[in-house]
Amino acid sequence: MLSLTKPGGPIKWIYKPDPALAAQGVACCDVVNRGAVYSKGKLFFNTLDDNTIALDAETGKVIWKTKLGDINKGETITMAPLVVKDKVLVGDSGGELGVRGWLTALDVNTGKIIWRAYATGSDKDVLIGEGFHSFYPSDNGKDLGIHTWPTDAWKTGGGTMWGWIAYDPDSDLIYYGTGNPGPWNQAQRPGDNKWTTTLFARNPDTGMAKWALQYNPHDEHDYDGINEQILVDMEVAGKPRHVLLHPDRNGHLYVVDRGTGEIISAEPYGYVNSILGVDLKTGRPIINPAKETKLGTVVHDICPTASGLKDWNPSAFSPQTGLMYIPHENLCMDWKSTQVNYIAGTPFVGAEVVSKAGPGGNRGEFSAWDPIQAKAVWTIKEDLPLWSGTMATAGGLVFYGTMDGWFKAVDAQTGALIWRFRTGSGIIGQPVAYRGPDGHEYVAILSGVGGWAGAVVSGDLDPRDPTGALGIIGVMGDLKQKTATGGTLYVFALPQS
Amino acid sequence: MTQRTLIAAALIACAVTAAQAQQQADPNVNHGPKNPTESGLFPGGNVPTPDPTGASYDGNLRAIAAGKQLFSEMNCTGCHANGGGAIGPALMSGHWRYGGRVDQIYESIAQGRPNGMPSWRGTLQPPNMWDLAAYVKSLADNAANPK
Repeated sequence: MLSLTKPGGPIKWIYKPDPALAAQGVACCDVVNRGAVYSKGKLFFNTLDDNTIALDAETGKVIWKTKLGDINKGETITMAPLVVKDKVLVGDSGGELGVRGWLTALDVNTGKIIWRAYATGSDKDVLIGEGFHSFYPSDNGKDLGIHTWPTDAWKTGGGTMWGWIAYDPDSDLIYYGTGNPGPWNQAQRPGDNKWTTTLFARNPDTGMAKWALQYNPHDEHDYDGINEQILVDMEVAGKPRHVLLHPDRNGHLYVVDRGTGEIISAEPYGYVNSILGVDLKTGRPIINPAKETKLGTVVHDICPTASGLKDWNPSAFSPQTGLMYIPHENLCMDWKSTQVNYIAGTPFVGAEVVSKAGPGGNRGEFSAWDPIQAKAVWTIKEDLPLWSGTMATAGGLVFYGTMDGWFKAVDAQTGALIWRFRTGSGIIGQPVAYRGPDGHEYVAILSGVGGWAGAVVSGDLDPRDPTGALGIIGVMGDLKQKTATGGTLYVFALPQS
Repeated sequence: MTQRTLIAAALIACAVTAAQAQQQADPNVNHGPKNPTESGLFPGGNVPTPDPTGASYDGNLRAIAAGKQLFSEMNCTGCHANGGGAIGPALMSGHWRYGGRVDQIYESIAQGRPNGMPSWRGTLQPPNMWDLAAYVKSLADNAANPK
């Protein structure tokens, strides 16, 4: 972690967390960190070896450090924490290693653990109690985190929380989704596998759940529910509604009433054939039986692929245009499930996957989405999957990066390319705009390819094995010809007005 | 976005205003040396003799078949796929971080390695680890000499 005084200026301080090197051996999809958070003079971030650290933002000195997990159980932490009032919220990674997912709240001043909500197990462990009421019947019932699994399978069932948390101060609720069930081989875990791939609304002080919505009961395709939720107030059928917008890995853009958990709409924002639609009466996806995964049999051309129509990288919403900007993928896959043994601290996957480009051959898309009409207004086709975040600005621009290093600004209304710059490596970072102490406006982006989709370059993997990197090498084998490893922060100054 | 990246970012000038950065597209740029041993220095010229046990496993079809089964059962595939790599490095590329002789592969399996390779000697018996080493070596041998 480092502090820079100004673009091009000297480094103010560097803090080296020195995480256990062995943690790299249990990080499923490259060695990544999704960011730090600043609050009231403190900087909070997580390390791959399961520590949350609070630094003095002025000096870089450690205020506290709390260990939350164990790499020998396959637990790592890759998410960016969120501060809500006097708590730091942190979740775990390891859905491919048979961990048990959780979200934990720590005291911002001391690092003491205040509560932990597991994603599987008893209602007591999941922090479900009085006052819990989900909109759909299948998300209500006693100890579903145990009874929707074969005996004890919930203990190694995943449901991690490595994505994004949103907080609504009006209702005083946090919203976040949980990850995929483990193992990927669905034959080893009959049942709904609650509460994996589930959207939770919780009280941030106590952790108690208000309601839950399981996006993908008994997920068969690795469709984690951890993608962002954008909180928006908008008119639906002439009435103002407080909603959250969630582009799920399963390819559907969920508009959810954030008071009740009711799905207002859920339409595909790209090519999908694994799910025929979302049943608004039950809240459950209608699974295409032809694309269900099977033990020992290759099922071909399942769309979207395991990393989803969109993975972790956040979309943006512009109040000016009323549009959501979604950086996503257009990938399909062949999938064969295999029997897998649970050995703590090793991958618990049980699937052989080969990813491929979706219809049209372009592997990425950047879509401007109208959440009221539930349709795309325009879409930019990209050769490579989009693995960078997106930023919408008050100046009517939208920024995103590509895996071959282009940093782009497009017109928020039309999608027309306004500006682009080739950075030294592929971009999987998240654009940031800020006004510096000198009064100038700046736009910053980290360039340095990696992540699941970039692992063939960052991990120097062999493109001849299409099953490598959980099958994504099958569609990313050419990335070594398009970019190389990087690690550069680019800061662009806007012209003075 | 990696921790490596963040540290590297500090070392590189931050403001970019001029020409576009050059792409480094040499696919071999990240590879280590092709056939390293644990060390290339042998004091007094005394080169150690590799563990002779390996000779009976290297290229042995029974050992390779048994190793292949263990490779799946011990979840090695989860990290190394079918040789292309995932969490762990590729095993078919012919580039070895810790040596590509069968006895060196055996040592990597038994001892583990600092950047995430688990140590298996508490879990597996030596003959099993030799079988695994024979299979792992065959992945690179077969890739180098496709039939």
